[in-house]
Amino acid sequence: MLAILVFLPIAAFLAILFGAPARLTALAAAAVNLALGLYAVFTWQCACWSFSLPVLEKPAMNLAFGFTDGMSVIMVLLSVIVTLAAVLSGKAPEGREKLYFGSSLLISAGALGAFAATDLFFFYAFHELALVPTFLMIGMLGRGDRRDAAWKITIYLGLGSVILLAGLVWLANLAGTYDIPTMLNAAKSGALKIDPVAQKSIAALLIVGFGTLVSLFPFHSWAAPAYASAPAPVAMLHAGVLKKFGLYGLLRLAIPLVPEGLQAWLTPLLVLLLGNILWVGWVTISQKRLDRMLGNSSVMHMGYIFLAIAALIAFPENPLARSAAIVLMFAHGISIALLFSLADRIERSTGTLDLQELGGLAKAAPKLAFLFGIGAMASIGLPGLANFSGEILVFLAAFKSYNGSSGLGPVQITCILSIWGVVISAVYMLRAYRSIFQGPAVKATESARDISFFGRIPAVLLIVALFAVGLYPNLLLNLLNKF
Amino acid sequence: MNLAWLLILLPLAVAAANQLVLKKTGLAPLISTASAIATFVLAVLLLGKNETSHFAWATIGDFSINIGYKLDQLSTGMMIVVTGVGMLVHIFSLAYMKEDSAKARYFTGLSLFMFSMTGIVLADNFIMTFIFWELVGLSSYLLIGHWYQKDSAADAAKKAFLCNRIGDFGFLVGILMLWGITGHLAFDSMKGGLEHFIAANPLIATGVISAAVLCIFCGAIGKSAQLPLHVWLPDAMEGPTPVSALIHAATMVAAGVYMLFRLQFTLGFEHFEGLTASTVIAWTGGITSLVAALMATQQDDIKKILAYSTLSQLGYMVMAVGLVAGEAGMFHLFTHAWFKALLFLGSGAVIYACHHEQNIWKMGGLLKKMPITGFTFLIGFLALIAVPGFSGFFSKEQILEAAHEKNQALFWIAAGVAVLTPFYMTRLFVVAFLGKTKSENADHAHEVGPLMFVPLLLLAVLGFAAGYPAIASKLAPAYHQPEHLIHLGLVTYVSIAALIIGVVTGFILYTGKDKDPVSIPLFQNRFYLDAIYEKGIVRYFQDAFAMIISFIDELLITGLIVNGSSRAAASFGNLFRKVQSGSLQGYAFCFGLGCLFVIYFAVFGH
Repeated sequence: MLAILVFLPIAAFLAILFGAPARLTALAAAAVNLALGLYAVFTWQCACWSFSLPVLEKPAMNLAFGFTDGMSVIMVLLSVIVTLAAVLSGKAPEGREKLYFGSSLLISAGALGAFAATDLFFFYAFHELALVPTFLMIGMLGRGDRRDAAWKITIYLGLGSVILLAGLVWLANLAGTYDIPTMLNAAKSGALKIDPVAQKSIAALLIVGFGTLVSLFPFHSWAAPAYASAPAPVAMLHAGVLKKFGLYGLLRLAIPLVPEGLQAWLTPLLVLLLGNILWVGWVTISQKRLDRMLGNSSVMHMGYIFLAIAALIAFPENPLARSAAIVLMFAHGISIALLFSLADRIERSTGTLDLQELGGLAKAAPKLAFLFGIGAMASIGLPGLANFSGEILVFLAAFKSYNGSSGLGPVQITCILSIWGVVISAVYMLRAYRSIFQGPAVKATESARDISFFGRIPAVLLIVALFAVGLYPNLLLNLLNKF
Repeated sequence: MNLAWLLILLPLAVAAANQLVLKKTGLAPLISTASAIATFVLAVLLLGKNETSHFAWATIGDFSINIGYKLDQLSTGMMIVVTGVGMLVHIFSLAYMKEDSAKARYFTGLSLFMFSMTGIVLADNFIMTFIFWELVGLSSYLLIGHWYQKDSAADAAKKAFLCNRIGDFGFLVGILMLWGITGHLAFDSMKGGLEHFIAANPLIATGVISAAVLCIFCGAIGKSAQLPLHVWLPDAMEGPTPVSALIHAATMVAAGVYMLFRLQFTLGFEHFEGLTASTVIAWTGGITSLVAALMATQQDDIKKILAYSTLSQLGYMVMAVGLVAGEAGMFHLFTHAWFKALLFLGSGAVIYACHHEQNIWKMGGLLKKMPITGFTFLIGFLALIAVPGFSGFFSKEQILEAAHEKNQALFWIAAGVAVLTPFYMTRLFVVAFLGKTKSENADHAHEVGPLMFVPLLLLAVLGFAAGYPAIASKLAPAYHQPEHLIHLGLVTYVSIAALIIGVVTGFILYTGKDKDPVSIPLFQNRFYLDAIYEKGIVRYFQDAFAMIISFIDELLITGLIVNGSSRAAASFGNLFRKVQSGSLQGYAFCFGLGCLFVIYFAVFGH
């Protein structure tokens, strides 16, 4: 059944290509997928979700999908929720509907395929499949310096993918199989023992490769211009879903397969993730446009997920870190998608995203202000919304091994510095909210339209998800506690 | 469902219903007020109960974060303060906000606040405290910024949130450290963990505990507006006045004191005696009380005077907690809540009657114009300046006694504050309520309606009587009944002398004056701390620093490295004369390279 989930958007894409009404087809596919995804949450342990089709005999390669564990389920759920919201929020330029909605579907299919694949080759290939339409959409339908932005993201992600590929192929080569569950079982039972020197090199390739895809500092500078320029659904899908591929990969492959190798890189990783949180945090503070600011903030927040990963690397027995990372991945995906979607609404309603040209929009558009406020508060990490649940678990995970008897270790010190990032995000988010929505109305906002009923639907969909996980994180955690 | 859960969830349900359904119907204010009355009844029913209950909120393996409640004398007493003041403020607001077009939003904010504050008070573990701690910050942000179209209100709301966030940074670190030290998050199991830790690490224990407690204290510095994070509270007066009474005088700002006391209570007071952290806490409180009182002497806005007075009184409470005499601090919290809420609501009635005039030099003669408001304000005034027989006297005596017993320097600072408090309050009362009216707005003032004066009268009763053991022993959190109602000794003589000096100087200086005969710019400008923060730290440090980093980020990483490589790739691409858009070339190039890798390893790898 997972194959249906993955191929439905592709089928819809083909249908659009051959003349089906673009928006409607995309909506229908996304809605069906959301239903399937929700169904999967309750039934994912059933073998009926698995799918395998031999592609190549030697080396054995299968087009295979399956829920390896709760993490895949949560990532699939994130993908289908954001996809529907993205398709609902999108407004294609005249005459470009096919490209616009078709590409969105392809990105979604790529992400779903990558999260559901149990074969290393397809795991990688589906992610690449999603990147092509991302580049195209930014390059052709983007705003502002779209060519520059498209260039930069192509170079960065292209190079990152190559480095990643080298790591993955090396890994597959040592494991002697492309089948991910087989690899994981071999590693667990001790049958697969990778020698420490190779581990170290593979770990480096995977950190840099996956890291570039997740905008790990200093490989992050593609992200803000790309998101600022991308059409709303692309920004939502990439920042919300596709970017999590790198983190998913680290958790799925690197942590279980090359644990010692990662340990060798722990200190550099801690430094880099602080670069994400503090350096990029300060970069975010000085942004003058909302889209740029959101792009940078999404880079910044990746640091917290890397912190959870670092905690897991430092103490492989840490029970909290993995779940914390997954909850935060989900939360961030939903919240950044919400913010990008609403930023697009602000632009449609006022014609600008320049913070200095905006002000007092809450008067003309109170509903938009309310929804954006929830997104902003989620991003700041306010309790009751999903991001807080993730962040507090990450911090607890980082302190899990601290018992007061010995001093603070490097992970704890990094964690303390990271918590300062919570102040930084409050600074830039509240400043942005202040200058867009509060104060007296200005020219751009005097007669702005409020968000319509249909415009609110995608935002409400995302907000419900944020509240569900924020008010009761066990909804997600229960999926992870079951094996 | 049991009563405690109902007490927590009712305001949340009401806030949600207001926002989602009732916003347009005009019912929101009534429903919120009804729920506030209901929560007060619930709080009374729960008085004196001792029980805990919780459910797992986030579970990972055998670790879980719980949400639950802990009823004991401390929390049920505090709930009386929160719901009691809350209920009266709701009723007062019905009249005060009658003409506001966004009153549904206002009452939703109040209900959200009641929910969050209840959560802090009843929390049975530290993560839950933190969760509701943050939510209280949100409701305060929403209510300060109620009139968000005004730049000053929007800025004040932002400032309050950010100051609190800075404090919460330390608070969270402290919670994490304490979790590491004790191995527990729930209050009930922490003490055992702590003692185990001390036994295992006798040498470093006090140092580590001190560090953790200091971090946690940061949270209280933010929320209770102690130096150096006090700057947000006077600005928060931009919010509607009933909000100032409820949140920024009686309850939320006292949460820091409550939390610190809960911490000491949980871990055992004996561990705090002589701890460096305790000394720091006591001095922070002492200095805040003095500095804020000095600032209060030169303010002209009636709400600002009360705000600085709140800072100063909170300083007293924090000092008491730092001296490990938290019962005295909690007692003062209890009496202060009533009379300060009374003073704020009284000032609200005055502002309402004077058409939003807040400058005391444009009031005058209000005692005659508004006899009920004036009379109740007088009672609040007498309680605040600690006239013997009024509630404030009893609680302040306990704090001064504790200071006298434990730290002479702090005792004399506190005595200095005891001179300043009657001085600035006399100034306020003489200028605004006595003498002749000084402006047209004050001329037209007349008594407010019953929805406003009934809460004032009720608060006046409590503001007078809350200090007597008959009431305090039933209602006050952690109340410790003294042997004698008044214990004559050095402390009492000093405080009565201070009272007389303050009142007499105030009367002599300010009776019959039309403008302030004293001008001390240092106090008027709040020791220039706000300016230093805004210009110095925010603009020239944080923003400049952010700009520089952003510039380097743009230049180095983007400019040199990436554009350099993209140029290289571009020329490489030109070499192959591919004509399409640049991005496709680059991608195709990389993808091709990737494919080569796959093929190479797939074919030659085995």
